[in-house]
Amino acid sequence: MTQVDRQSWDVVVVGAGGAGLRAAIEAREQGARTAVICKSLFGKAHTVMAEGGIAASMGNVNAGDNWQVHFRDTMRGGKFLNQWRMAELHAQEAPDRVWELETWGALFDRTPDGRISQRNFGGHEFPRLAHVGDRTGLELIRTLQQKIVSLQQEDEREFGDHEARLKVFQECTVTRVLKEEGGGRVSGVFGYERESGRFFVIEAPSVVLATGGIGKSFKVTSNSWEYTGDGHALALLAGASLVNMEFVQFHPTGMVWPPSVKGILVTESVRGDGGVLRNSEGKRFMFDYVPDVFKEKYAQSEEEGDRWYEDQANNRRPPELLPRDEVARAINSEVKAGRGSPHGGVFLDVSTRLPAEVIKRKLPSMHHQFKELADVDITAEPMEVGPTCHYVMGGVDVDPDTTAAVGVPGLFAAGEVAGGMHGSNRLGGNSLSDLLVFGRRAGLHAAEYATGYAGADRAAPAGSDIDLAEAEALRPFSAEGSPPGTEPGRPPENPYTLHQELQQTMNDLVGIIRREAEMRQALEKLAQLRDRAGRAGVEGHRQFNPGWHLAIDLRNMLLVSECVARAALERRESRGGHTRDDYPDMERRWRRVNLVCRLSGSPGDPAAGDPALGRIRLERRETRPIRADLLGLFEKDELAKYLTDEELT
Amino acid sequence: MSSYEAHFKVWRGDADGGGPADFTVEVNDGEVVLDIIHRIQATQAPDLAVRWNCKAGKCGSCSAEINGRPRLLCMTRMSVFDRTETITVTPLRAFPVVRDLVTDVSFNYAKAREIPAFVPPAKLAPGEYRMRQEDVNRSQEFRKCIECFLCQDTCHVVRDHEENKTAFAGPRFLMRVAELDMHPLDAAAEAGLDRKRTAQDEHGLGYCNITKCCTEVCPEHIKITDNALIPLKERAVDRKYDPLVWLGNKIRRREA
Amino acid sequence: MATGTEPETDAVPAVTAGDRARGGVHHPSRAAIPDRHLRRDRWWLAPAGTAAGLFAFIVYSTWRAFADTDYYAAPYVSPFYSPCLAENCVPMRGGPNWEIFGAWWGLSPALLILIFPLGFRLTCYYYRKAYYRGFWASPPACAVAEPHRTYSGETRLPLILQNIHRYFFYFAVLVAGILTYDTVLGFRDESYAWGHMGLGTLVLLVNVALIWAYTLSCHSCRHIVGGRLKHFSKHPVRYRLWGWVSKLNARHAQLAWASLISVAVADFYVYLLATGAFDDPRFF
Repeated sequence: MTQVDRQSWDVVVVGAGGAGLRAAIEAREQGARTAVICKSLFGKAHTVMAEGGIAASMGNVNAGDNWQVHFRDTMRGGKFLNQWRMAELHAQEAPDRVWELETWGALFDRTPDGRISQRNFGGHEFPRLAHVGDRTGLELIRTLQQKIVSLQQEDEREFGDHEARLKVFQECTVTRVLKEEGGGRVSGVFGYERESGRFFVIEAPSVVLATGGIGKSFKVTSNSWEYTGDGHALALLAGASLVNMEFVQFHPTGMVWPPSVKGILVTESVRGDGGVLRNSEGKRFMFDYVPDVFKEKYAQSEEEGDRWYEDQANNRRPPELLPRDEVARAINSEVKAGRGSPHGGVFLDVSTRLPAEVIKRKLPSMHHQFKELADVDITAEPMEVGPTCHYVMGGVDVDPDTTAAVGVPGLFAAGEVAGGMHGSNRLGGNSLSDLLVFGRRAGLHAAEYATGYAGADRAAPAGSDIDLAEAEALRPFSAEGSPPGTEPGRPPENPYTLHQELQQTMNDLVGIIRREAEMRQALEKLAQLRDRAGRAGVEGHRQFNPGWHLAIDLRNMLLVSECVARAALERRESRGGHTRDDYPDMERRWRRVNLVCRLSGSPGDPAAGDPALGRIRLERRETRPIRADLLGLFEKDELAKYLTDEELT
Repeated sequence: MSSYEAHFKVWRGDADGGGPADFTVEVNDGEVVLDIIHRIQATQAPDLAVRWNCKAGKCGSCSAEINGRPRLLCMTRMSVFDRTETITVTPLRAFPVVRDLVTDVSFNYAKAREIPAFVPPAKLAPGEYRMRQEDVNRSQEFRKCIECFLCQDTCHVVRDHEENKTAFAGPRFLMRVAELDMHPLDAAAEAGLDRKRTAQDEHGLGYCNITKCCTEVCPEHIKITDNALIPLKERAVDRKYDPLVWLGNKIRRREA
Repeated sequence: MATGTEPETDAVPAVTAGDRARGGVHHPSRAAIPDRHLRRDRWWLAPAGTAAGLFAFIVYSTWRAFADTDYYAAPYVSPFYSPCLAENCVPMRGGPNWEIFGAWWGLSPALLILIFPLGFRLTCYYYRKAYYRGFWASPPACAVAEPHRTYSGETRLPLILQNIHRYFFYFAVLVAGILTYDTVLGFRDESYAWGHMGLGTLVLLVNVALIWAYTLSCHSCRHIVGGRLKHFSKHPVRYRLWGWVSKLNARHAQLAWASLISVAVADFYVYLLATGAFDDPRFF
């Protein structure tokens, strides 16, 4: 095997989105030498797509807001399946994380008295989202990026080297988390530079996964190409487990036309600022879809809903602002009932609700996006929107306080790749605050953990693992067609074709509405795809070769898709981001169940394993009882809708 | 829905050389150039290198030059072209080429490090910042920047003169200086840093001859020249070319 | 299917060594593309139009400035000759002829005063763009390689002097004030009786309005009025002024051309009256 480039750092952060960068800043400020590895250029992470805002109960617009209310909203949104300790920490720490951004140069929109302005969003009782127009994610990334640059400038002054204590390895992909000989502690990562195709090993006692989500396994998605579930798969392969993988959030409003942009997000702020949903008959259909658990919280008439925008104290909010899962399902039903728009969505109208000037000021990038991509002027005509795969609630099973992955010492996870925080459904705005709160915690604890292992105490990566990782990464170049021990003569597969088939399968069979038979079919199809992916071959050489990159990412998408399909098949109820046509109701007893995915068979060869049994082993685990003082924040009546009688007594 | 076959010339090669490669590709209604590049990748040239991410004009990754004009591949709709015309796609021509449509944009990251960061006001704790909307509007416009580097690519100061790359920060980063100088709470002055002066002395503001190409190519429609560069030049004038100030300095220097 | 995983290096460079030496887009590190640019639109139209327009004005104004004749037709004075500051000016009642320079000045009195609007326009941020592109091809158009081997922009003499634009702005305000005075004087008839108006009055009125709009829309004006402030919220009046000037400033290029044309038209109108080629239609 060729010699790979080796470096040694204290903490390696995989991913440079909000969580990764926040983790890196914290680890560096704790004194750890920190390396950040990202697939794209520095500052291009998927976080830039976040539009609406950062949820934090600062109470700038409505002084009644506090962390308890935020916690309550988060739990309601997640249908009480949330890892409650994470939800608690999140609600408590979010305001500090937002304020801290200002000291790094962030410029949020302001209230008249000069504080950070906060906007309404689905599922949030009070105006809570700190925002900058509709480009909050960009502001977040840029602020963290510039904070990193400022730390590097400090290092330059002190050591004469910008990268002495904090370095970003951009356009690099990590394909394996390495462990010490014998497979106990984490010892680093293996990856390749996308530009040159060269392999590298970074040795480090702490690895923070902050790779985001899995949306690229679905056809209609708001996610970018990076969202191939890398961190989920890396964790599985390193021996960690994933929880709640059946919960995938379909954002209710994605663009539906033109086809090339199908899935691109239309921010929820359109509804928060007054936009309404109508079907082809012109009816505001959301009034028909308010579920019983939310009946008292939402307006019953259009008049009341409209009054709410002006006077929120004395009116209830319009049902367009229900949690995302409810709205997505409602749109799905309207389209199925034949009341959809010409391109298979529904109408989202802000043009008749707000003056053109206000629309342009409040929703500049939406105005821009529709003008440029769909030739639609949203100040003059309605948008056509439909559900799009947006976020995975499931992820690495972590300790809520430290973000340490359960069962793998030295591995941490934060952001979308971590599971539990959002339960069965995430509220809008809670993702950016999640990144900051748990990104910081991950950086803090990863740095602490790394300092515990100095010099000789550090685990060295097992040499055989590095060889295996290299062979695995190079395999697509030597695709001969048939793998050893199978029938000969089958041609190599095109990775692009495999990817398209995977996306179609997940979209059609494990999508927004799920049925047992379809999910079984999906699992069969996934087994076939896994087999064919073993023969994925690529042309050209290793220098910036997207076909090769995709062939490598396919492994991750297939593993994660199987987790989603298996968990979704197992959970026989409907809850949040998991809707079963054959089990349409939410069952209280299922609230106590977490579904945990683990890798079965040898982690060395992900293509192996019995096709019928698959690569994933599923376990049921009982959720920890919610702490009494937190339960005390809710009315008994409300708890009775979610908790079993036994839990209530 | 109507589809047709379009002719494309896509530059392929690397630092050692290369040239245009011809493709005939299917185009459907509502598609953008990036869709076509992806179709070429999926069906004809799987190793065609291109950078892209969000495909919604928000990340600024897919910068390239289409028919000689710096554009985002994802925000250039096919409907703006004649169906019979051959569409030429090349990498950015101001930066070193890596492969095919991918260029080495590290120049920009190096320049980013040369701009001194935001200096937080010493007396304010987190949560105590108070800023009026009218005071943050100007800097907010500049923070819309998605760092696609099209302005850096089109700017003739570095595009046509490689040797100026050391002295000139480029429109994006001069705009960053303007953003910080207009930030209502930036305490650089209190810390002894004069951003107005360093804009000219260290970041090469004087190289800009305000020919506005940066503004023309900006996909975020930021008025880079009128709102950032010219105001910054005027601020430098405040410092250096005010004859009264100049005279005062001369006299003081002579006395010393 | 691929065999090796290392880059192949058999591509033939299409760019010649001479191209490479020229640097810029042909620098060895850049993508090997022999063309100076690949634009297919009529990119040369804008710089050519600009150059033609400016050239036409230069020819016309040079002729008129040196002509030293036919610049006054009571009660109208050509903006090229206002204020008229030498003894050799033709008599105008009420102004604007003030003999500050006395009798020693023998050249056209236009030259004394035109230096100020000329300097203002020469250092104007819009005109700089226009003539850098149109006359100097630096650059001729966006993403079209410029022909120059080196470039130092406005970092050295003489172009560093562009920074004195602001002081020309102060003079430009004075000049605009005087042109306003001229326009007021235009509300007389040819025997200087007040309360009359003719087509010439209207021409001067339009011209002075455009001159003011151009002058106030200047980037330096925008800076002085409020742009230099760090906190608009502490200066509400200046913030409002800045807002107005910013709106005008967005039209600075159009105003630059409109006022350039109007000033030439106003001069030409006076010329026509002075030579007797045309009679000023009187309204009242």
